[in-house]
Amino acid sequence: MQDIVIKTDKLTKKFGDFIATNQISMEVYKGEIFGFLGANGAGKTTAMKMLCGLSIPSSGSATVAGFDVYTQREAIKKSIGYMSQKFSLYEDLTVIENIEFFGGIYGLNRKALKEKSAKLIEQLGLQPEAAKLVGALPLGWKQKLAFSVAILHEPKIVFLDEPTGGVDPVTRRQFWDLIYDAADRGITVFVTTHYMDEAEYCNRISMMVDGFIKALDSPANLKKQFNVPSMDEVFFELARGAQRKAD
Amino acid sequence: MNTMRYLLVKEFKQILRNKALLPLLFVAPIVQLLVMPLAADYEVKNIKVGVVDLDRSDYSKKLVTKIEFSNYFKLVDYSNSFDASFRYLEKDAADLVLEIPKNFERNLVREKIEKVFIAVNAINGTKAIMGSNYLSLLLADFNKEISTKWKAYEMAEKSPVIEVASLNWFNTWLDYSFYMVPGILVTLVTMVGVYMCSLNIVKEKEIGTIEQINVTPIKKHHFILAKLLPFAVIGLVIFSVGLFGVAGLVYGIYSIGSLWLVYGFLLLFLAAILGIGLLISTYSQTQQQAMSVAFFFMMIFMLMSGLFTSVDSMPAWARFIANCNPVTHFIEVMRMVVLKGSGFSQIKYHFLIMLGFGLLFNGWAIANYKKTS
Repeated sequence: MQDIVIKTDKLTKKFGDFIATNQISMEVYKGEIFGFLGANGAGKTTAMKMLCGLSIPSSGSATVAGFDVYTQREAIKKSIGYMSQKFSLYEDLTVIENIEFFGGIYGLNRKALKEKSAKLIEQLGLQPEAAKLVGALPLGWKQKLAFSVAILHEPKIVFLDEPTGGVDPVTRRQFWDLIYDAADRGITVFVTTHYMDEAEYCNRISMMVDGFIKALDSPANLKKQFNVPSMDEVFFELARGAQRKAD
Repeated sequence: MNTMRYLLVKEFKQILRNKALLPLLFVAPIVQLLVMPLAADYEVKNIKVGVVDLDRSDYSKKLVTKIEFSNYFKLVDYSNSFDASFRYLEKDAADLVLEIPKNFERNLVREKIEKVFIAVNAINGTKAIMGSNYLSLLLADFNKEISTKWKAYEMAEKSPVIEVASLNWFNTWLDYSFYMVPGILVTLVTMVGVYMCSLNIVKEKEIGTIEQINVTPIKKHHFILAKLLPFAVIGLVIFSVGLFGVAGLVYGIYSIGSLWLVYGFLLLFLAAILGIGLLISTYSQTQQQAMSVAFFFMMIFMLMSGLFTSVDSMPAWARFIANCNPVTHFIEVMRMVVLKGSGFSQIKYHFLIMLGFGLLFNGWAIANYKKTS
């Protein structure tokens, strides 16, 4: 039996009459790469925001890293990392300043921070750029850096919201190498994506349609279940019935 | 505490790195403080006068010469017909027309009384009123000169006269810069506080970094405090440069009252206006929105602050608005302490009100800033 790090039970978020996330129930295990798929407007971001403590659920229950999403949101925030598609580092700070800032606010002490940032910069091969403003880096590098910063404080779970949007295939591949590294170290990766090749890299994936989770299994099992050769077609099969218009 | 340090380092670095913001923050207020008091002057000079002299006598010429050589008037026309001079008034080429009637000298000598006529161009109200006042004074002066001449001949009995001698306290020479500089300094500090503070937080919303901050364990009040403190420091620096550099060295205005009192009040004032900036930023989604809202409030703060017009002479409803304006109170305190040397007991009411503003705006802003939805 694997350790459960995220557990939701009939988690629901309503905005007025609109039910953005409808009674979703799932379990995510430690060290797993969990793909969170769905068309635009299916409710992925809302669900993710609830799990990150940014949004209070309307009903249902959920725990993240063992903490309750209603009452222990600040404790959740200490145990997670988060990186969004919208670039989340400060472009007017240098690479090293960004690392130190985000490390610092998670409470890393100076010595640990120095060692970690040196290691991180070396790992990413950013030595020549360390003193440059982040705004001057190419998008792919920024995203790799943002991911590394998001897991700098060794969170239990890292949430990635379409992290590779607009990134070239080579950099995307490198980005996924970083994700595998993190998962190997025991960090659970919760990732949303629209790239079906990336979905294949996940241990398990869930498909959201119109606020519901319509399928949840490993990519291989899903392909078998729908009797199709690729994840692309699994996605079409499931999303075809969607009532909501994509935004 | 550690978190605070990282946040402050970040904020200062970002502000100091902003090449567009920095000159705006430091240079613009100083330049404005140097230039604005010179323009914001109630003293009226260069009043253009047209004189219609229907008498062409010794006395009338004496009067015209007196006008011509006074510092306040400029003779633009000297004619024989009122219609001709009135045209100048119509063209805005003259502010006043003085008509000296026929037989001015004869009536003055024989009857010891004569009337002159002044037509005023009242489009520019201040200039018109001040101009006709100055001209009346000049006429009274002229009157006195000729009557004393006669009195010497006639040994006329002395008529009792009340003369008013006035002394201007706190600003002996009625120098308007004394009155304006402290007030303008206050509005400049206000602008820096309200604009910069409101834009700064909205900027993080716009580029999306606020979301990143919201998923971190940073406490709400730490984040907000780290946003406010740099601007409080900048406000202090700008105020000090303005007070000692510009007001002191350039205009020769040094505070008569206690500087502790001035700075004590400044701190409260900064807390209040930064709270307003913060409040605007919590309601705005984009920098454009924040700028527009801040501009709207700045206009009210400026015009309803008693900077240009006296609050006491406003109608009751306007006086109420002016009293709800933090800038009004700081301008009044500045004028009282810096120019008159007022002590704490005279301004404690303002202290209390400013404290109220600070608590209200900041409390409201913090309540409205949400990390979660």
